[in-house]
Amino acid sequence: MPARVGVVVFPGSNCDRDTMHALALAGAEPVELWHERADLAGIDGVILPGGFAYGDYLRAGVIARFSPVVRAVADFAREGGLVLGICNGFQVLAEAGLVPGALLRNRGLRFLGRDVHIAAERLDTPFTARIGERRPLRMPIAHGEGCYFADEATLDALERDGLVLFRYVRPDGSAAVLDGSQPDPANPNGSLRAIAGVMNAAGNVAGLMPHPERASESLLGSEDGFGIVRSFVEASEARSTSRDLVAASAGGGR
Amino acid sequence: MSSHRFAVNVTPKAGILDPQGRAVEGSLGHLGIDGVSAVRVGRRIELTVDADGAAAARAVVERLAAELLANPLIEAYFVEELGAASSATSSAKGAA
Repeated sequence: MPARVGVVVFPGSNCDRDTMHALALAGAEPVELWHERADLAGIDGVILPGGFAYGDYLRAGVIARFSPVVRAVADFAREGGLVLGICNGFQVLAEAGLVPGALLRNRGLRFLGRDVHIAAERLDTPFTARIGERRPLRMPIAHGEGCYFADEATLDALERDGLVLFRYVRPDGSAAVLDGSQPDPANPNGSLRAIAGVMNAAGNVAGLMPHPERASESLLGSEDGFGIVRSFVEASEARSTSRDLVAASAGGGR
Repeated sequence: MSSHRFAVNVTPKAGILDPQGRAVEGSLGHLGIDGVSAVRVGRRIELTVDADGAAAARAVVERLAAELLANPLIEAYFVEELGAASSATSSAKGAA
């Protein structure tokens, strides 16, 4: 059975179709989840895609946080369900407190739409297991509020607990400027510790600003993001299978 | 029930980089103004609450501010009472 991966669609989402396309390429069955939907029955994993949910009014992601579907996603996450937020989806997860930190206006104040390089700090998570090795991955960013912020104590805890999932790096894989103190095209939004993506403490919810779904086939100029999509699909599949087994044994082998 | 008018003032917390504030500061030289520093750009939200008394109305606004209008990780806020709203709203209607 292919994993049924839900893709949330808010008014203002604009990467939902791209995400569903990439999920299908990775062998999943994408399921569109309209923002008024409050029931995630039969869903094995959820992606919150990029865009401008509810116009990004007030603060990026904050209005979306109170939508029926995000409340359902929060329950799903508390039960151990796999959730990935991409770009605006990351902002929604941060506003909802499902991943640590906040995304501030880019330091240069401009909306940035261009390729960056990131490297996975962990290769043993549901989001990165298929990447294979630590190397620079080229994929686009497209955001105005992508400057990762958390206080020093939180940043230290994230590093200590291995919850930094992705960092911006130079094309050759060397470290970008870590604190945004000087402009660095490798860390273009000025994220603290050059953080491009983080995970929650339980390891089942993650967010990143760059767009792996837009770098998932050679036709798009890069396949470097596909490892992230495949990792998520395979982890969702594994969860689906183990849940079926539990259900089957609980139901006396229906 | 009475109507109460409030303003919630939201600003970036001390120590949080505020690139908008910096941009405003950077433009001051073009105006020939000096001696201005520490510019912080925030937002102000005004609203009317119907509740049993000012204290109850303020409690609603405090909750709204903490849960929605400001992100406590990065923003500070203060709630300002603008006074009973009933006359203000009707005169606003009349005047506007």
